[in-house]
Amino acid sequence: MGRTKFYSVAVMLRQASAFLLVLLAGVLLLEIIFATASGYLNIKFWDVARIVFAKLFGINDSIGHLDEVALAAVWEVRLPRVLTAALVGSGLAVSGAVFQAILLNPLADPYTLGISAGAAFGASLALVFNTALIGIWTVPIFAFGGAAATLAAVIYLTASSGDYTSGNLILSGIIVAAILSAGVSLLKFLADEQVSIIIFWLMGSFASKTWGEVVLAATAVIFGVAVCFFFSRDLNLLALGGRAAGSLGVSPRRISLVLLITASLVASVCVSVSGIIGFVGLLIPHIVRFLTGPDNRRLIPVSALLGACLLLFADTVIRTALPNEIPIGVVTALIGGPVFCYIYRKRQAGSLG
Amino acid sequence: MYELKNVAYAYGSKAVLSDVCLRFDSGCFYGVIGPNGSGKTTLLDLLAGHRRASQGTIAFKKKKLHDYSRQALARLISLVPQQFAITFPYTCKEIVMMGRHPHIPRFARPGVEDYSIVEKVLEQTRLNGFENRLVSQLSGGEGQRVVFARCLAQQTQVLLLDEATSNLDMHHSLDLLDLAAGRVKQGATVIAVLQDINLAAMYCQQLVCMKDGQVLACGPSADVLTAQMLKTVFNVQARVEYNHFSQSRQIVFQRRAGHEN
Repeated sequence: MGRTKFYSVAVMLRQASAFLLVLLAGVLLLEIIFATASGYLNIKFWDVARIVFAKLFGINDSIGHLDEVALAAVWEVRLPRVLTAALVGSGLAVSGAVFQAILLNPLADPYTLGISAGAAFGASLALVFNTALIGIWTVPIFAFGGAAATLAAVIYLTASSGDYTSGNLILSGIIVAAILSAGVSLLKFLADEQVSIIIFWLMGSFASKTWGEVVLAATAVIFGVAVCFFFSRDLNLLALGGRAAGSLGVSPRRISLVLLITASLVASVCVSVSGIIGFVGLLIPHIVRFLTGPDNRRLIPVSALLGACLLLFADTVIRTALPNEIPIGVVTALIGGPVFCYIYRKRQAGSLG
Repeated sequence: MYELKNVAYAYGSKAVLSDVCLRFDSGCFYGVIGPNGSGKTTLLDLLAGHRRASQGTIAFKKKKLHDYSRQALARLISLVPQQFAITFPYTCKEIVMMGRHPHIPRFARPGVEDYSIVEKVLEQTRLNGFENRLVSQLSGGEGQRVVFARCLAQQTQVLLLDEATSNLDMHHSLDLLDLAAGRVKQGATVIAVLQDINLAAMYCQQLVCMKDGQVLACGPSADVLTAQMLKTVFNVQARVEYNHFSQSRQIVFQRRAGHEN
């Protein structure tokens, strides 16, 4: 009886999603300003707000009295990093939610189909051969190319095996990822003294991000989230199985392919900007599904905001509270792993998702 | 409603349906019977537009089935699939509301009419009280009733049922088929794949009997259901008699001698 009551409360919570959305948007905004204000150089909360406001609307009078160093720290160093962290958190969370819905597997994440392995291979390639074809963009572009090529290979393999069913896709992803991991190992072996650079890149970091990366991430994430949200009701129907979805007017093949490519591209851009940050795409949709239910019309926007809030929070903690900066990918895995174990145990007990 | 001419379907090189010629009229309850692997589900897939015939033509309401958009078909044809496992913990009401999907424009919220249809269907399928239960916590039979309710909420002229009573107890099987028969009385067409031949005899006005991807017999149930036919199709010894209590033909079977081991 107690359990039934627990679930009816959980179901009632689903109605409060609009409130949740507004709440999270507010939290995110405050967090961005707080995160930008905190750090080695102490800057007042209101000064940050003033700088952002002035820069956005081109009014430089109100910040004339502020220190040049503070101004540069806020605008050139911290804000790009803060925004990149929020955008990547958002992109990974939404991408994870969409992957879980397409693959009909709550344990899927943006990296299930080998995107991370592809990006890692591309980035390693650029780092080992020390190419600077396209300046600072070389590594991100190689990473993105690797991820996109992996996705193409996985889709090609799956298509030749018949249909884009979750089993076929996951199997193809595992095969391609295994080959690429071996490739990364080979590159590390060949890298000699470059090996530490590869390892650090793979662990993920938001350090020294620029406005260029912010714009890139923002374009991909905003576009991706919009497409996923546009198809969110169709995505819901996939949970009924391919036949039922088809009989309700949604082509399961088409919707899977469109959203698979969109979610993968978002994840690829995130990885190419920040390296491999695990568990965000797996964990955030899980937590959000518990609050909003599995309906993607609520799950996708709430995941986008919660992903941004949590990854930004994690990045701010490691940047400001720890004596030495630990790579963010390590932190998310160290915290995310145990949290996931806890949720997984709960799920076994109650199957709430 | 449907007109199938020389329809064939193959999975790769394996032919599962060949030379199927059938006609389905509106306002009639059709049953499809046949042994496992005889192509019944594939036939329903073709009728639903989920697969495309490799040969032959399927006309639906005097137009080629594949000239309809998926969205248009979803407003005309609903399907209760054989596999109905639902992956995520939606509530029963959310699942039944998904039946309204083809009627609700993108980004629109369900209207008053949609809610009242869902309400009514939940009532009819005796699922009231289940609205906020999670489908992941239902038994197999309860889940199947929710899926049938979703199909009713779709309010289509054609209902395709693929072994829709496979997990139901007798009481709920009769309930479900009564509801389907009620839709037939209102002019809908029901095409149901059934394993229980006695249920098929009670409800179906017309029967299609399949074996090895071919239609062995089709026509009024009373004509199709004969001991000889059951022997040919299922290889079972059966006796077919009119039963006053069920007001239909009923079949009794004989144990198969020498198969105890």
